Amino acid sequence: MRISLFVPCFIDQIYPQVAWSVVRVFEELGHYVEFPDGQSCCGQPAFNSGYWDEARATARVALSAFRDSEVVVGPSGSCVAMIKVFYPQLFAGDPQELEARELAAKTHEFSSFLVNTLGVTDVGATFKGKVTFHDGCHGLRELGVKREPRALLAKVRGIELLEMAEAETCCGFGGAFAVKFPSISSAMDEVKCASIHETGAEVVVSNDSSCLMQIRGMLEKQKSRVRSLHLAEILASGLSRPFIR
Amino acid sequence: MTTFATEFQQKSGQYTTDRGFRAFIQKGLSGYYKKRDENKARFQSWQGARDHAAEIKYEAINNLDRHLEEFAEKIEARGAKVFWAPSAFEARDYILSVARENRVRSIIKSKTMTGEEIHLNDALQNEGYGVFESDLGEYIVQLRKEPPFHLVFPAMHLTRKQISDLFQKELGSMPTDEPEKLTMIARGVMRRKYCEADMGISGANFAVAETGMISITENEGNARLTTSLPRIHVAIVGIEKVLPRLEDLALFLPMLATAGAGQSMTCYNTMYGGPRQPGEPDGPEQMHVVLLDNRRTWLLADAEQRDALGCIRCGACLNVCPVFKNVGGYSYGTTYQGPIGSVITPHLRGLQEWKHLSAASSLCGACTEACPVKIDLHHHLLQNRRNAIRIKSVPVEKVAFTVFSLLMGHPWLYRLAVILGRIFQPLHPLVEDTILDPLRAWTCSRAFPRVAPSSFREQWKKERGEKSA
Repeated sequence: MRISLFVPCFIDQIYPQVAWSVVRVFEELGHYVEFPDGQSCCGQPAFNSGYWDEARATARVALSAFRDSEVVVGPSGSCVAMIKVFYPQLFAGDPQELEARELAAKTHEFSSFLVNTLGVTDVGATFKGKVTFHDGCHGLRELGVKREPRALLAKVRGIELLEMAEAETCCGFGGAFAVKFPSISSAMDEVKCASIHETGAEVVVSNDSSCLMQIRGMLEKQKSRVRSLHLAEILASGLSRPFIR
Repeated sequence: MTTFATEFQQKSGQYTTDRGFRAFIQKGLSGYYKKRDENKARFQSWQGARDHAAEIKYEAINNLDRHLEEFAEKIEARGAKVFWAPSAFEARDYILSVARENRVRSIIKSKTMTGEEIHLNDALQNEGYGVFESDLGEYIVQLRKEPPFHLVFPAMHLTRKQISDLFQKELGSMPTDEPEKLTMIARGVMRRKYCEADMGISGANFAVAETGMISITENEGNARLTTSLPRIHVAIVGIEKVLPRLEDLALFLPMLATAGAGQSMTCYNTMYGGPRQPGEPDGPEQMHVVLLDNRRTWLLADAEQRDALGCIRCGACLNVCPVFKNVGGYSYGTTYQGPIGSVITPHLRGLQEWKHLSAASSLCGACTEACPVKIDLHHHLLQNRRNAIRIKSVPVEKVAFTVFSLLMGHPWLYRLAVILGRIFQPLHPLVEDTILDPLRAWTCSRAFPRVAPSSFREQWKKERGEKSA
């Protein structure tokens, strides 16, 4: 399959290795990956802050960048939800509404695409260690992704998944919310980090790098030994074929 | 920033730093979660029940005028007086006039959030009436001169020790740690008040149009006494409480009990269809129903958010909200706390003054998932944010997002911004943890992520340039 990679802006700038891991996994499975050059941010920061005109202007860039794509896959439940769930609302009544709906229909979250579209749960990965999984809220509640990442993790050799009590509780990121209401956001982060530590896991895994940015931020301040990795990074671990970037 | 927004920042700031208090709230709710899940499992299909409840409420709210008239006509036919109150002022005024005309001396109340909404206690007390809350939790917060902390659990923020100390101070009782004994102390006081009161004021959980009756659900039996012992019963009913048919209660009563308190049914479920009828030995001589609008019709006019009128005030959204759990009920400064309060308060009390509550959410959606009548709560918060900006944008934000959309729309500008970012990032440690740090709102509790030496798109271009072209 020809897969167009949707790399959210902060993954592009801060976590390029996450995007490479996605490439690695798809290529391992024999798919052709392309990176449409014109893409930028999905527009969620403006949208969530109420600036829908500005969000629409940004979203138009995505509409044109992915116009010729067969399927679009992104490693962030939040940014994918922006396209899949909120673009149709954002473009309601706009001349580009149909185009927004088309893009929404062909855009998928990484783990959901692997399991539900490609029908793959075992990518052949090996990862030794105890991990716990954080459900990003947008992935979980806007896209209904819950089972998929766990199905994928279950097939990783050497891994031990320890579920945390607060897996479905928000980490407190929420974009601008994290800096507009730092005390609330941090309190939520504390609850999340405490739940992670309770499991005894060495790594916290998620399908959303934005949550991991928030969680890792606090873990670092707490000088915790728990690391954070995106699901794609786990799935790209220990693959047999050499990866030629 | 408006005063309400500043107050929210201050209070939420205080509560979030109190780890012990947050843990106490969390612990208090853990019992509820367990019971709620047990009782949800007793439904043939909880999701199916939610769908059905949402449909019934959709029908009720979309034909509100017709249902309300039917309700009023039928309850009036049995001798109740119905007063249509456009606002809190008229509602208070009417209740005061009923009290005055009937030479009322003492008033007993059972739990009513609409009563809180119209600040009824203050109005009655200012006129010299003694007013006593008969719901145990409400009575406790009344003694403390506090509003309810949570719309269903008014005193959930207090420990047994605090309540015992309060009773000792206010009622002269002996200290005790046993909930039963505390209840008996309050009951002893309350029983006298029931006999003295000549007016009983209640709310309503539902108003059934088909039969012209209000339905009240409770666990303590205090609402029954409040509504039946005094010679006058006044019920304050938000206009959104209407249900079309009596049989709808078969769904809504267990649903409210499950979502609200983790019970299969509340202990007492009572229907009230008017004052004492000819030939009946007891019951109030007069029954007044105050149908309260108080800007609910403004919400009704908003087709996008009208479903928020379907709210049955169960509090399920508060109980799962990570914001509520960390800031508590008093941070909000509203009658209705938590997600539902953040959604409807801007409609009921002004968007610009209360828009900060819609911003104070990570939009996690736990509320929407918990809502038994499927109100699209977290998406309504997004709509409130958008509506607030449409009327009046915040200059700094407007500039920021205009720049943002320019950056994202023009690759060369974006690249320029990235280059600038990489230049300034190494300088950040110089100001980190000081008040000069522009990123302080983030770095106060979280390490700032490091921008990668080169972005994915740069790496891709370098390594796959020819292939992707």
